[in-house]
Amino acid sequence: MNEGLQQKNGRSFLRVGLVAVAMFGFGYLLVPLYDVFCEITGLNGKTGRIDEAAVVARYQPDLARSVTVQFVANNNLGMPWEFGPVVASMQVHPGKIYSTAFKARNPTTRDMVGQAVPSVAPGKASRYFNKTECFCFSQQPLAAGETKEMPLRFIVDPNLPKDVGTLTLAYTVFDVTQVAVN
Amino acid sequence: MRWVTTTNHKDIGTLYLLFALVMFFVGGAMAMVIRAELFQPGLQVVDPQFFNSMTTVHALVMIFGAVMPAFTGLANWLVPMMIGAPDMALPRLNNFSFWILPFAFTLLLSTFFMDGGGPAGGWTLYPPLSLQMGEGFPFLIFAIHLAGISSIMGSINIVVTVLNMRAPGMTLMKMPLFVWTWLITAYLLIATMPVLAGAVTMLLTDKFAGTSFFSAAGGGDPVMFQHIFWFFGHPEVYILILPAFGIISAIIPTFARKPLFGYSSMVYATASIAFLSFIVWAHHMFTVGMPVVGELFFMYATMMIAVPTGVKVFNWVSTMWKGAMTFETPMLFAVGFIIMFTIGGFSGLMLAIAPADFQYHDTYFVVAHFHYVLVTGAIYSIMAAAYYWLPKWTGNMYDEKLGQIHFWVSTVSVNVLFFPQHFLGLAGMPRRIPDYSVQFTDWNVISSVGGFVFGLSQLLFAYVVIKCIRGGEKVDDQVWEGADGLEWTLSSPPPYHSFTEAPQIK
Ligand code: HEM
Ligand SMILES: [Cu+2]
Repeated sequence: MNEGLQQKNGRSFLRVGLVAVAMFGFGYLLVPLYDVFCEITGLNGKTGRIDEAAVVARYQPDLARSVTVQFVANNNLGMPWEFGPVVASMQVHPGKIYSTAFKARNPTTRDMVGQAVPSVAPGKASRYFNKTECFCFSQQPLAAGETKEMPLRFIVDPNLPKDVGTLTLAYTVFDVTQVAVN
Repeated sequence: MRWVTTTNHKDIGTLYLLFALVMFFVGGAMAMVIRAELFQPGLQVVDPQFFNSMTTVHALVMIFGAVMPAFTGLANWLVPMMIGAPDMALPRLNNFSFWILPFAFTLLLSTFFMDGGGPAGGWTLYPPLSLQMGEGFPFLIFAIHLAGISSIMGSINIVVTVLNMRAPGMTLMKMPLFVWTWLITAYLLIATMPVLAGAVTMLLTDKFAGTSFFSAAGGGDPVMFQHIFWFFGHPEVYILILPAFGIISAIIPTFARKPLFGYSSMVYATASIAFLSFIVWAHHMFTVGMPVVGELFFMYATMMIAVPTGVKVFNWVSTMWKGAMTFETPMLFAVGFIIMFTIGGFSGLMLAIAPADFQYHDTYFVVAHFHYVLVTGAIYSIMAAAYYWLPKWTGNMYDEKLGQIHFWVSTVSVNVLFFPQHFLGLAGMPRRIPDYSVQFTDWNVISSVGGFVFGLSQLLFAYVVIKCIRGGEKVDDQVWEGADGLEWTLSSPPPYHSFTEAPQIK
């Protein structure tokens, strides 16, 4: 192979190789892109969080309409806590703040830390479900054998699409003791 | 030592092809374990964890160890000969990218001997399941990294060779379709393998470095892994089939003794398949809870891919139309490819119907679909290529009689093996399960019998190949009466350096 061609090949190698490196970066870029996409479209069942003070200014209670909110609790694999809602469902008026609670008990003999992750179904309703206070906003420590009632305050946006009559709020509680220690 | 340090494109091509053949039997042995366990309901042969690692590693070995290296080996042998070049553009890189592979697969297979056994969460490596693997997990990830680096470097080499090393007069639109399809495949590989590398790196850091890309507890999302994986995964399935399209486009005209019908439409169809393959990935995820618009978008985009694919099948059939056809072994495999790959395309279309996929997803129907496109598609094209070019490579004719027997035994048994899996899937038998309810027994027995026959008949293939390498009736340069292309102007076997002087292009 002559020298000129060899140099040309070397340059092409670098150029195409750069594409490969850039695509590795693109793989990581997909992570924030995914979050942004979910936020804009309101997909993925992620619920909102707003200030209690802002609520009064923003929403008018819609007393003519009432929707059912169901509460579901799950444990992630290997999480030994007894975890569940205090009431299984509530009738609520959109635009009004309600309170309820979930109960958790740590039946083990060691102190643990849990993190609850919420999700709302149907997915398209999730952006209309806002919480002003939730135990899922932070990690929850439970000492060995301790039981705790964990409060939740929420409001359903009156703009909730008319065809949605039932919302399901599901929590999965994860064992994050290891992470919390580190 | 010659084989370790060689930078010659033919030596490296041979190494790739032999490696692929060995991996084909390693993966095949795992498939035999799977079919033995599924021969009867209940647990007989292996325990469930091991069964799951069999399905997982069978897929990884066949995809990354057999089909992809076989195609790369064919590219190494053929691309320089087809475009009139002396060798590949980056010979030392070529040596390196091959020799990574044995290490990658030693790592992968060594996980079987570690605490916790081999990977058992499926070749798609979905978290959190894949993160539950034992000691072997980092070895699995590094094996994927290495195999990925190998195929990225191999692809870069092919791109640079095709762009810079063509003989004068060999314009892009004069290149044989095998070169075209590989050029486009190489771009797909360069664009998607790094994304897979990123995804598995995220798995690795999720497990060991405390990140939570895919862990909901830390604000991540396991469904996001599926999006990133299939952003790689769907183009990957086209990586596994585009070179096959190139092979079939070379063989059909030879034995129909007519030029390929619609050359330029073939090039454009390949390019549009490659483009579309980036926007259909979520058809693997119809059941994750996408909104209706998402389902519809991915459903229509997926169905659109069937159009350029249909163009190709139409062109092959038109090439054969009124041709003076003969049916030597390569042609048998090529015609078998067209018929059976099309069956796989049709079941793909059924799966693309989002509401129907809710029933078919993760059943044996999907297994039947991808084995029709991969075994009777990709693997059949590789067999066809081996029979077609072996006489050129070795200077010896293979045993035609044994080749024909190999084709017919394989074709009957492969249909006995995979066709009943459509029925099993429609009846609701889930995939990746070592045990099943009794109503599925009959079709599983038939499928297993087909599997054992198909597996055994591949030993015949290995025998024919070895026999041909060691000797046989001598062939002339042309080998096949109807063959067209620069590789047939070289001697059989060709000189160590292909075209030291650029050939004349008509
Ligand atoms: C007409 C063209 C095709 C269409 C419309 C199509 C459609 C689909 C769909 C919708 C699925 C997802 C099924 C499910 O999981 O529920 C699927 C799975 C699959 N397809 Fe295709 N396909 C086509 C061609 C191909 C080709 C050419 C290949 C490879 C050579 C291929 C390989 C696969 C594989 C490996 C899977 C299963 C992946 C897994 O879950 O492990 N397909 N296909
Ligand atoms: Cu796909």
